[in-house]
Amino acid sequence: MDAQFWLIQIFNGVSYGALLFLLASGLTLIFGVMRIVNLAHGAYFLLGGYVALTVIWTTGSWLLALPAAALAIAALGLVMERVFLRPLGFDPLRQVLLTVGFAFLFQQAALDIWGGDNLIIDPPATLTQSWVVGGLHLPVYRIFMIATAVAIGLALWLAMEKTRVGAVVRAAVDDAEMARGVGIDTSRVSMLIFALGAFLAALGGVIGGAFFGIYPGLDFEVLPIAFAVVIIGGMGSLTGAAVGSLLVGLADNFGKALFPELAYFSLYAPMVLILAIKPTGLLGRE
Amino acid sequence: MNRKLAAVIVALVLLGAVAPFAGSYVLVLMTQALVLGIIAMSVDLLLGYTGLPSLGQAAYLGMGAYLTAILASTYGFGLGGGFWLVVLLGILAGAAAAAVFGLFAVRAGGVYFLMITLALGMCVWGLAYRWNSLTGGDNGINMPGRPDFGIALADDLNYFYLVLGFFVLSLAALHVLVRSPFGRSLVGIRERELRMRILGYNTWLHKYLAFVIAGGFGGLAGVLWAHLTGIVSPGDVILTTSVDVLLMVVLGGPGTLVGGAIGAGVVVFLREYLATIVPWWQYVLGAVYVLTILYLPGGLMGIPARVRRWRSETH
Repeated sequence: MDAQFWLIQIFNGVSYGALLFLLASGLTLIFGVMRIVNLAHGAYFLLGGYVALTVIWTTGSWLLALPAAALAIAALGLVMERVFLRPLGFDPLRQVLLTVGFAFLFQQAALDIWGGDNLIIDPPATLTQSWVVGGLHLPVYRIFMIATAVAIGLALWLAMEKTRVGAVVRAAVDDAEMARGVGIDTSRVSMLIFALGAFLAALGGVIGGAFFGIYPGLDFEVLPIAFAVVIIGGMGSLTGAAVGSLLVGLADNFGKALFPELAYFSLYAPMVLILAIKPTGLLGRE
Repeated sequence: MNRKLAAVIVALVLLGAVAPFAGSYVLVLMTQALVLGIIAMSVDLLLGYTGLPSLGQAAYLGMGAYLTAILASTYGFGLGGGFWLVVLLGILAGAAAAAVFGLFAVRAGGVYFLMITLALGMCVWGLAYRWNSLTGGDNGINMPGRPDFGIALADDLNYFYLVLGFFVLSLAALHVLVRSPFGRSLVGIRERELRMRILGYNTWLHKYLAFVIAGGFGGLAGVLWAHLTGIVSPGDVILTTSVDVLLMVVLGGPGTLVGGAIGAGVVVFLREYLATIVPWWQYVLGAVYVLTILYLPGGLMGIPARVRRWRSETH
């Protein structure tokens, strides 16, 4: 356990956290605006990976697969929100239960279309090399993951804080009733955010596909981890999602390396600890 | 009300009466539905009566099941008269786990509660999956066989009657509970927690106790589940089990107790029989869930009331 071990583990943890951020940021935004947890979010991650595979098989282009899969799943999320969730009005519990039903439908559809094998998404050769920095071998792909998450995090933050659309979303998050009162179409905001969340999750699926592979059951494996992130960071908070992703990414990596028998436990234990101290999460509001 | 009670009793007696004539496969499915019915009723106590959507109930089933499996396989305990002690220990294990988890979960309401119970459930799954020396990891633990205390439970029919007995006891206990002043307060909390608090009720304690009681029933279901399937593995504790149970309650009708059991029966039989008839059975099940949530908020148990209302409107 020299310095190199620690540095590599930190690097791996941060890059895993970057992937988690893609998944969790959408989840937290959807929660912020609609007060629901989207239990089909893991399915978006999975389907994103599968759609990317199909695009890669037909066109051979990984670069094209990335936006294509994300946009396709965003469209799926949009339809789901418009056709099924919106008619339920503002009834979070039933909306959540409905997303569970869809999670199962998507799971079955994925199994029927893409089969039960573990499929790996191969990124372009330039991303599969590794850089040597100070004696450490750093895979370029993990650096790419971190860069993507940082870019998306920044873009989201700028959009939320500096644009009119962002102000509208923030208003809907803070007080939906008041926002409607001053003429904001919160239903439209929900639609937008839901599609954005699906987009980000699918993007995560494509990027994560080179990492875990894409296989049936992955949807319900990543979902609780994304929940842990959102619970730790505070539901509805983007900054919280970033902090939570880092913490969970690191906890998971060190847990697996140091106490393999308690690996998953060490992932959820910090969450429980934080809940005990601050029930709304680190950056959540009362 | 008495008519409903009579209907439930008749249904249970019929179930017991037809069991000897059911094929061995159907008998196992019936037993499965009853065990899942017990845990579904425990979820209904939380969701239907207290308004707390639990997505981690499989954790308590896991506590009971793993306790039973570890005692039986490592110590050879609970395979004779000791079985009754194991049942008691299983209930206590489920309740104890809920007592710890409840400290974190009960403070939160609504969707927060759902996420926290889910994550806590995954803690238990993580332990079951990775703590190889205790739980056998991914392979799980094989049960050495069912108990024999004069009556051999290895016989599926005997085991069915045992499970039916526990089911009836659970139903009766929960029925009395939700009708007691305590149960009424739970419904009050579901409807208007703030008002209950202003009236001087300790709403946290009420919810906490309901959570612990539900955990106990989950533990009981776990003990029965372990002996039913003969193997306990992380697959029993995983999120999808909790999701299944919650959907059973939603399908049957929350806030009715028997609704959860009916939902369990419908899901178990639909799954097995549809799977033999059509390869796309999971879509049928998924569509049934989605349509139930969209159009039947009261679940299957809500259908009679719907029909009655529809009739009175048309006449």
